[in-house]
Amino acid sequence: MDALDQLVKTFFDWEAMAAVLPNMIMFGLRNTLILAVSSGVLGCILGMVLAVMGTSRSTALRVLSRIYTDVFRGVPAIVVILLIGLGLGPIVRALTGSTNPFPLAIFALTLMAAAYIGEIFRSGIQSVEKGQLEASRALGFSYSSSMRLVVIPQGIRRVLPALVNQFITLIKDSSLIYLLGLLASEREIFRIGNDAAANTGNLSPLVAAAFMYLILTVPLTHLVNYIDKRLRTGRPEKRQPDDAAALIGKGAQA
Amino acid sequence: MSEFASGSLTGKNLHLSFGSNHVLRGIDLHVATGTTASVIGPSGSGKSTLLRVMNRLIEPDQGDILLDGRSVLKDNPDELRQRIGMVFQQFNLFPHKTVVDNVSLALRKLRKLPAEQARAEALEQLDLVGLKHKADARPANLSGGQQQRVAIARALAMKPEVMFFDEATSALDPELVKGVLALMADLAKGGMTMVVVTHEMGFSRNVSDTVTFMDAGVVVESGSPEQIFTSPRTERLQGFLADVL
Repeated sequence: MDALDQLVKTFFDWEAMAAVLPNMIMFGLRNTLILAVSSGVLGCILGMVLAVMGTSRSTALRVLSRIYTDVFRGVPAIVVILLIGLGLGPIVRALTGSTNPFPLAIFALTLMAAAYIGEIFRSGIQSVEKGQLEASRALGFSYSSSMRLVVIPQGIRRVLPALVNQFITLIKDSSLIYLLGLLASEREIFRIGNDAAANTGNLSPLVAAAFMYLILTVPLTHLVNYIDKRLRTGRPEKRQPDDAAALIGKGAQA
Repeated sequence: MSEFASGSLTGKNLHLSFGSNHVLRGIDLHVATGTTASVIGPSGSGKSTLLRVMNRLIEPDQGDILLDGRSVLKDNPDELRQRIGMVFQQFNLFPHKTVVDNVSLALRKLRKLPAEQARAEALEQLDLVGLKHKADARPANLSGGQQQRVAIARALAMKPEVMFFDEATSALDPELVKGVLALMADLAKGGMTMVVVTHEMGFSRNVSDTVTFMDAGVVVESGSPEQIFTSPRTERLQGFLADVL
């Protein structure tokens, strides 16, 4: 039974896990969320710009959006993070005196997320029936007001599941910023687990990191399923008393 | 006396091509103030396109459009469309908004009415089409006929001078057609200027003041309902009426 013991000890050494837990929660969780949420929000904004460009009537804007999307979807995350982080790092340091890698890491993650989110938004916008834009324009709304008030809100709703999926990807991709070099307080979940694993020669801290990621991502995947189902079957609507109908028919006698 | 601030509408020599497809080949259509013109004809004859050209959803290649005798081709097309209400075959209500918000959206955003006043006016319009009690429902929870009546209320809320109906009953179940046609007839009687593209020959015959028969992008024949339906002059119209009646 030595081999089995060895295996359990390597992956599920509870003491080793407990030892990294405080750091992982206090710094790791916080930093991972800062990275994922800020690049998620910024990625949505830039992604919406790309989607509006990609569905616009101007060929130049469409081509520009296409090129951006192709480039940032076609390059591995690790390459973008290194190029941005190491390439722009010295310039940022010279200008601001800050060595904090977070702004550049968020920038790099945003650039990539925007390419994916832009495609998600674009497919949502294009899935809205043409009649919606036509009806809005027939009321007297301009093209941009029609997009803003009628088409885009419907498009976004339809792609919420894909958007949450993209956020899950961001949570996981945020681990790649360890490549930029982090101070102790700047470490995110993966780096804390990895450091502890390296120091102790035991993989349990990495398993603990995996659990931390699952705690974040599993509820989100279920949220996706829930949204997806609700979008397909509609919101459970409160039935309203149909007063006009009640004058005749069943309701009138009750 | 008219209940509406209607105007007259004239299309003069309207031409439109999509590439090599010449969809409108010099259409003339005049609708006098407070009257109803119905446009009939086979599918693909350009009837729906004509409506979209007359409110400049599609710009004509050639010709002129006059609202109350004044050319509107140089106006801002968005402002022109605020003066012309349009009702579609597929209703095209905004599914992410409640019924009352569908009606009040343009009042708030284009007429710049405060939210409460816009809602009050929207409720008034919904009352006219008999659907005030559905104000806070979602369009998806309404029948097709109810949705189309909301769409009519949405167009009327902007106090248009002219109303366009693009096969407004074609997507409805047979038992729901009547209610929508009755509402359209009420509007016509109330003095609204209307252009009605329709396959409902009964409506065309009984409610409209003039009937225009289109085929292949031209007006083949037009006149009073009496003239069109009882003594059609052209073979094409005779053939069409034989097919649909």
